[in-house]
Amino acid sequence: MTAEGTEGAVEQLRLRARLARLRELPLLRGVGVSGEMARLQHQIDRIAEEPSADDVWQAVELARHQDRPYTLDYVERIFDDFIELHGDRSFADDAALVTGIGRFAGQTVALVGHQKGRDIRERTHRNFGMTYPEGYRKAMRVMELADRHGFPVFTLVDTPGAYPGVVAEQHGQGGWIARSQLLMLRLGIPTVSCIIGEGGSGGAVAIAVADRVLMQENSIYSVISPEGCAAILWRDAGEAKKAAAAFKPDAAHCLELGVIDGVVPEPPGGAHEQPDEAARLLGEALGIALNEVKGMDPTARRRERSEKFRRMGIFLE
Amino acid sequence: MASRIDVSIEHRGPEPEPTENHPNTCPSCNSHYRDEELDAALWVCPHCGHHFPVRARRRVEQIADRGTFEEKDTELRSADPLGFFDLRAYTERIAEAEVATGLGDALIAGAAMIERRPCELAVMDFAFMGGSMGSAVGEKFVRACERAVDRNVPLVCVTASGGARMQEGILSLMQLPKTVAAVDRLREAPVAFVSVMTHPTTAGVLASFASLGDVIVAEPGALLAFTGPRVVQQTTREKLPEDFGLAESNARFGHVDAIVPRPELRPYLGRLLALFS
Repeated sequence: MTAEGTEGAVEQLRLRARLARLRELPLLRGVGVSGEMARLQHQIDRIAEEPSADDVWQAVELARHQDRPYTLDYVERIFDDFIELHGDRSFADDAALVTGIGRFAGQTVALVGHQKGRDIRERTHRNFGMTYPEGYRKAMRVMELADRHGFPVFTLVDTPGAYPGVVAEQHGQGGWIARSQLLMLRLGIPTVSCIIGEGGSGGAVAIAVADRVLMQENSIYSVISPEGCAAILWRDAGEAKKAAAAFKPDAAHCLELGVIDGVVPEPPGGAHEQPDEAARLLGEALGIALNEVKGMDPTARRRERSEKFRRMGIFLE
Repeated sequence: MASRIDVSIEHRGPEPEPTENHPNTCPSCNSHYRDEELDAALWVCPHCGHHFPVRARRRVEQIADRGTFEEKDTELRSADPLGFFDLRAYTERIAEAEVATGLGDALIAGAAMIERRPCELAVMDFAFMGGSMGSAVGEKFVRACERAVDRNVPLVCVTASGGARMQEGILSLMQLPKTVAAVDRLREAPVAFVSVMTHPTTAGVLASFASLGDVIVAEPGALLAFTGPRVVQQTTREKLPEDFGLAESNARFGHVDAIVPRPELRPYLGRLLALFS
């Protein structure tokens, strides 16, 4: 076979594998439930195609759009009642991360989510959604509360990353990110995470070690920001678009790599165009994912969650 | 005073190129040594006590009983799942690192004895792409944990890493929960886990397994930080304390159990393993 022929065959295999995986997608089934077949088809077409550098960059821009709904925008639309809980019980209440309990589809659910600010004053107050160790400790205390009472946990991820500051380091930023992941692996209750904007590195994964991990269509999940990657590997933060195209932080690629379990559709043009509709789609997806894992025995659920993360990675042997 | 105008800025020539120090020259006191002198001193400066970086195989020689280390998973290698290309191809960078270090990736692991106590020993090597953790490093660490549980022996892990390996994108971030899940299984067994943090242990490795040791030991002067000083300075414009992120600062804030100078590390580990047995 000629080199070109081999390449063509490999490409076909890749495409076939991609389509096979798409058929198993729980959340595309979810959209089907809403009866929006046209959007489902569009979604499949979009994901089935290899996203171009422009597609990836568009996701980066939409994920960070200043009008994009944040955690509390979804909470008020998805939950019937919600009481916010504050403080890490040590010495702070980190406003970059909100926690609470609320009523979702007739049951009590605990919520943990990053919160960016809308205007400059709130952004400063919320530290742009960049959490201190205190924020992860608050998340952990609320997840433990949920575990005691048998409440499922939803986490909504939207952070550029954990805060890179002197005090955050002194308070043990790395250690608390590690312990938050460890706690999430130990929870007996069902957990569902969704990346709703930026899933920035350790600060994101700290609250995303869940039974089901979803991404909204225009969110990103990445090991480093495009600018950070460009600054290190290209020695020029201006090459962020090239970096993003290279490390592929978009939902379609994360799904293909087996990192997430499903993609949550957004209204045309992005979640900010129709926040109510975006919230309805997100709520529906969270409900479907929760139902998938709700019936399991806690020990089996923990084991399955742990094994899911055990399998992640691609290497040669 | 006003009669003197400072014109030094205009007259200063171009910035001198930063000179790369010889690896055997102490960056802290400028003393220079031959290889055998530093080997005999465990690569600690005999003059000022500066801890030179130690390559993985040399580290194994320093802490394991002679001839007891049986390396496992020697054929495990990094793949290139994203077809990553920055200024150069990731595959090219891997090949170059393999040749330069003689290692398969940034972590070696296997069975060993330390002071006649059996353990699993995993050691990272900063010389292999900055000790970065991709899928291969994550998998090798997890397998070391699994062998420790199977054999019911403690795990000793020596870290030196700049964090997750960018060239594997989100898959390298997923090595954080993957390795944390492995530590969870150690705890469930329970099997003791001693984490030895050496210079530098940062970002994704600090934010996962390294911080979860039953006992955490640090080498003097090691940088142990989620975010390094340069990025903190650039992002926040904060004034950094002189010992920002160093082992000594981490000890003061309660993040490590002990700072153990290299010559004392092996007996210290021996005592720990005895107490956990």
